[in-house]
Amino acid sequence: MAEKVLLKGNEVMAEAAVQAGCRFFAGYPITPQNEVPEYFSRRLPQVGGVFVQAESEVAAINMVFGAAAAGARAMTSSSSPGVSLKQEGISYIAAAELPCVIANMQRGGPGLGNIRAAQGDYFQSVKGGGHGDYKLIVLAPASLQELYTLTMNAFDWADYYRMPVMILGDGILAQIAEPVELAPYKPILEIASKDYILNGCKGRPSRVVKTLVLDPADGLIAHNEHLQRKYRRIAEEVNLCEEYQTSGAELIVTAYGIPGRIAKAAVRQARKDGLPVGMIRPITLWPFPDAAFAKVIKTARQLLVVEMSHGQMLEDVKLASQCALPTEFLGKGGGWYPTEEIIREKIDSMLNVSGRARK
Amino acid sequence: MTTLKRSTILKDQVTHYCPGCGHGIAHRLVAEVIEELDIREKVIGTAPVGCAVLLYNYIDCDIIECAHGRPPAVATGIKRVRPDNIVFTYQGDGDLAAIGTAETIHAANRGENITVIFINNAIYGMTGGQMAPTTMLGMASTTTPEGRGKHGEGPPLKVCELLSSLQAVSYLERVAVSTPKDVLSAKRAIKKAFQKQIDGKGFSLVEVLSMCPTDWKVSPEKAVAFVNDEMKKVFPLGVYKDAK
Repeated sequence: MAEKVLLKGNEVMAEAAVQAGCRFFAGYPITPQNEVPEYFSRRLPQVGGVFVQAESEVAAINMVFGAAAAGARAMTSSSSPGVSLKQEGISYIAAAELPCVIANMQRGGPGLGNIRAAQGDYFQSVKGGGHGDYKLIVLAPASLQELYTLTMNAFDWADYYRMPVMILGDGILAQIAEPVELAPYKPILEIASKDYILNGCKGRPSRVVKTLVLDPADGLIAHNEHLQRKYRRIAEEVNLCEEYQTSGAELIVTAYGIPGRIAKAAVRQARKDGLPVGMIRPITLWPFPDAAFAKVIKTARQLLVVEMSHGQMLEDVKLASQCALPTEFLGKGGGWYPTEEIIREKIDSMLNVSGRARK
Repeated sequence: MTTLKRSTILKDQVTHYCPGCGHGIAHRLVAEVIEELDIREKVIGTAPVGCAVLLYNYIDCDIIECAHGRPPAVATGIKRVRPDNIVFTYQGDGDLAAIGTAETIHAANRGENITVIFINNAIYGMTGGQMAPTTMLGMASTTTPEGRGKHGEGPPLKVCELLSSLQAVSYLERVAVSTPKDVLSAKRAIKKAFQKQIDGKGFSLVEVLSMCPTDWKVSPEKAVAFVNDEMKKVFPLGVYKDAK
């Protein structure tokens, strides 16, 4: 077992990327993710990589577009308002089927909002965000160890499926520090050699990376169908969630990222107190872990969705559970976060527990 | 005695450009320079949004098509990952000097070792003749029907003059493709700009004054005269920077 080190979430993510072979990072300062570009600016030159502080979020994602086309494992990161600006480039990268990793350490919105943690960018992340029909693999770690592992995996999925992968964290995940074991990178997939990159046409026909497909019948419609086939395949192959105490649970609490971690603590205590509660914590937000919900609708009686927003994942939970169970929501945007106590009170009220003495 | 032959870098394609358009000449010059410098197998080009989006239909080397205005950022990513390759952008005036102004200025200011071919025809061609950042005062377009300058549009943006104050820029020249002499001069400038990159000198840009008879709503002959008689007055030809 590798030694554990104490690092902030932003630094853990950047180090994981370097370990996974990321050799190009372009970004723009925005709180609460500033340690990401700062870390890369120190670290990448040590391994022969390139850090560029871009003039804008738009330029940063387009630099990543170029770096990915040139064959590098490339990454950019930002926080909510900055990720809005990147959406144009993300659509192009998805359309061109190039791999890259994008991190969004979400903050309060809409607008300039604030710099407190929030989860208001769920729809933007999992439903597309930019123009056109495309998807990102969206990952939602709840601890820094998980952030470390998923960041490495993100590069493998990006290369394997040739698409952008998003790490959807929040300001708490970005800023907390906890001990992390920096295990060496082990690829989870066998990545084929990149026969699509631009490196000069020496000894081969010239290549074009493009997203303009003028002909609808044989061109853009077919390209869209190709993308959708790929997305359906990914939905079958990449599907992660943590199921906790779901067996025999009448009430399933579901939350992702940091609220998922807080909800787990509340569920653990409620179980100790004899309440029939379990939890599903989606780890991939797209593809959404539908199967886990299809399973619990046969056994549970109620669902509770907890988010640091006004209910976005809530819609996917209702879809995945086919609206088969009464579903309640606990959440607010703008910098609110759930405490264990608040979640427990909600659990108690949904299970009609009153006046229970709690530790 | 000059021997004329078709560049092997040019694909055998029917052009999509309008009669009298300057893009075809500029494409040919870029192709000839790539061939003469023997860098085809190292070149990675970027295609813009606009009339030249189909650049890859004509120039036979690795090319990436970019979002509107973003080629200098995309080229930065490519060149930083592959410093041994020769990276150029080919951009129009709306792309380079309106929606992509920030990308242009900052790539230039970083001294990115790339070459920019900038086609200035003072109009948005692909979208049908709207005002460009380089449309001249008094010049009519579909969005300045009374002529630019009547309703707060400001004067045209002069790219070479603007970039000439940036320390990290290695080479800036404005040329035209409206006379045979200008075409020869344009080729020499494009070759020099690529050579600057090969020599590792940093950001080089050649601005090419070019004809757009269709959206200027004049004949090809009158379009040539417009470049020679009107555009060259507002956009004087010459070398704006040549750093050692």
